[in-house]
Amino acid sequence: MSISNHVVINLQQIKKIYDMGGAEEVQALRGVSLQIQKNEYVAIMGPSGSGKSTLMNIIGCLDTPSSGLYEFNGVNVSEMNDNQLAKIRNKEIGFVFQTFNLLARSDSLHNVELPLIYAGVTSADRKRLAREALEHVGLGDRGHHKPNELSGGQRQRVAVARALVNRPSILLADEPTGNLDSKTGDEIMVLFEELHSQGNTIILVTHEEYIAEHAHRIIRIRDGMIEIDEIVKNRKKINTA
Amino acid sequence: MGQVFETIAHEFRESLAMALIALRINKLRSILTLLGIAVGVFSIIAVMTAMGVLLNSIESGLSQLGANTFQIQRTSNFNTGNPQERAKMRNRKNIKYAQGLLVKERATLAKAVGLEAWSGGKIVATLTGQKSNPDVAIVGEDIEGFATNNWDIGDGRLFTQSELNSGRKVAILGIQVVKKIFTKLDPIGQTIRIDGQEYEVIGTIEPKGGMLGGNQDNFVAIPLTTLFDVYGSNRDIHIMVQASSRETFDDCVEQVRGILRSARQVSPGVDDDFYLFSNDSMIEQFNDFTKYVRLGIMVISAIALIAAGVGIMNIMLVSVTERTREIGIRKAIGAKKNNILSQFILEAVVISELGGMIGIIIGILVGNILAITLSVPAIIPWDWVAIGFLVCSLIGVVFGVYPAWKASNLDPIEALRYE
Ligand SMILES: Nc1ncnc2c1ncn2[C@@H]1O[C@H](COP(=O)(O)OP(=O)(O)O)[C@@H](O)[C@H]1O
Ligand SMILES: [Mg+2]
Repeated sequence: MSISNHVVINLQQIKKIYDMGGAEEVQALRGVSLQIQKNEYVAIMGPSGSGKSTLMNIIGCLDTPSSGLYEFNGVNVSEMNDNQLAKIRNKEIGFVFQTFNLLARSDSLHNVELPLIYAGVTSADRKRLAREALEHVGLGDRGHHKPNELSGGQRQRVAVARALVNRPSILLADEPTGNLDSKTGDEIMVLFEELHSQGNTIILVTHEEYIAEHAHRIIRIRDGMIEIDEIVKNRKKINTA
Repeated sequence: MGQVFETIAHEFRESLAMALIALRINKLRSILTLLGIAVGVFSIIAVMTAMGVLLNSIESGLSQLGANTFQIQRTSNFNTGNPQERAKMRNRKNIKYAQGLLVKERATLAKAVGLEAWSGGKIVATLTGQKSNPDVAIVGEDIEGFATNNWDIGDGRLFTQSELNSGRKVAILGIQVVKKIFTKLDPIGQTIRIDGQEYEVIGTIEPKGGMLGGNQDNFVAIPLTTLFDVYGSNRDIHIMVQASSRETFDDCVEQVRGILRSARQVSPGVDDDFYLFSNDSMIEQFNDFTKYVRLGIMVISAIALIAAGVGIMNIMLVSVTERTREIGIRKAIGAKKNNILSQFILEAVVISELGGMIGIIIGILVGNILAITLSVPAIIPWDWVAIGFLVCSLIGVVFGVYPAWKASNLDPIEALRYE
């Protein structure tokens, strides 16, 4: 498997400052520069409060940096308007959250369908694609279950299916196993492994070393700055059998 | 194009589902809001339905006058509220037979002029002792009066000019009277007794049905001169005038008015001292009469609807707050501002339309109770139904826009973080 030279994410001197009123301010990111290429599998690590989520939200176009340059597939995101950002979030980015963030009153199929609705896909195609995505994460038979009728691991699979259904350029996961026990957490990691081997680009936030070791590259953050950016030598392979 | 339509259809379905969920969650508040909308729409629809029924009833009654026909009588059938007006009406002089004859002679634009005089509350009896209730009208009629009343002879015959001139005691029966006293016998050739006078039955009149709940077939027609002989010749009469065509109708009205004003010596500039009505003038008068009722009901409805609109806004604001996280999720996976905006506006419209639907259905039912009492066909005022739906949509949009705008402008990250 060869990694192409195509740069998906290019961050230059990204800063995020929260103005807390008065003279007080929080510098969540203090100048982060990094590049991520197509089909990389990157783990972002760091202590709590170090700015991991802030960075992920900026990469995921959910949040905007206070300063710095962000290019997504060569396009300057800082200059985009709300609708263009919504389109990027919809088509180019699949986001998996620690707390799943599924619509509680809708079943799995409808949750997975939602990005397709906003993409303007027709009903028949939507149904088919959503079903395929659910099958892909091993939940083909759970289409009509609502989130509260699923286990935590299953909910996260639905969320992954939703993130993938529009075939995004990149999959972002902010502590996807944080709310799961280690066994179901491992199952999700197996899923990510598979997705990566199928050519997906993945960025994963975690503070568990053993989870990070699945990645090809680990970026360690402290106090809003990149401390270490390293290639993993001895990647841990999960026994997928 | 098809895809756009499909997206809208989907959004509509989803909004309907979401609206129903929102309604279920905020039960009491929702019921009160729906009730507000329903009451506002109900009052308009019920009143307009009732008005439609009344108007229909009047129109069908009037159309029983002949075509292009108007009638002159001493006073209006409608009571105007003003006591002074009513006193003036009571003091009006009778319309005399001689004045009727003058119209007959001079109204060159008229095709037919019928004269008649009424006396009500009679008992009609057969010689074998069958009796009617004391509610039968006896009407003295001349020959042209049958045409202007649009009366058709069923069995038997009309009286002749010589029978009219000589004041013969012959009678033509309305179908209601026939049914009451001639259950077995053929009425033609029989003798009836009214107020001690005996009349030979020579014919019957085709049924006409009711107007405003009254029965138009419960009468006995006799020659006008006969009626004068029996009940006195100074009686108040009705003059019915049939214009020769639609085009000459207005001129004919003016001509007859002029003839009567001079005959009754009404000075120029003074109002007519008689009442002239046609189908149009009757409907006009009805509309005039009910103007304030309609105006009042519109004001009440408007107030109810605005109050209900504020209720909808309240529900939607609460709904937006409660669903902040959902909005965050939708935005995170690619919903544009417009998607969120239209979702919440549609929801408001759906709530409003639900209330409107209840109001429309109950309004039509209640309004048509009048139709049943008057035994005329029930109606559905489609124009007002359409207006009702339109107004409800408008209320949904107007009062849903602000909450929807608020929802669409939520910051995705902050919305996702909302607990
Ligand atoms: N909306 C906010 N307002 C103020 N400070 C914030 C906000 N979001 C995050 N922060 C601060 O930014 C820093 C980084 O937070 P975050 O990116 O969530 O850390 P991590 O995900 O690594 O735990 C923290 O100090 C946090 O308190
Ligand atoms: Mg975090």
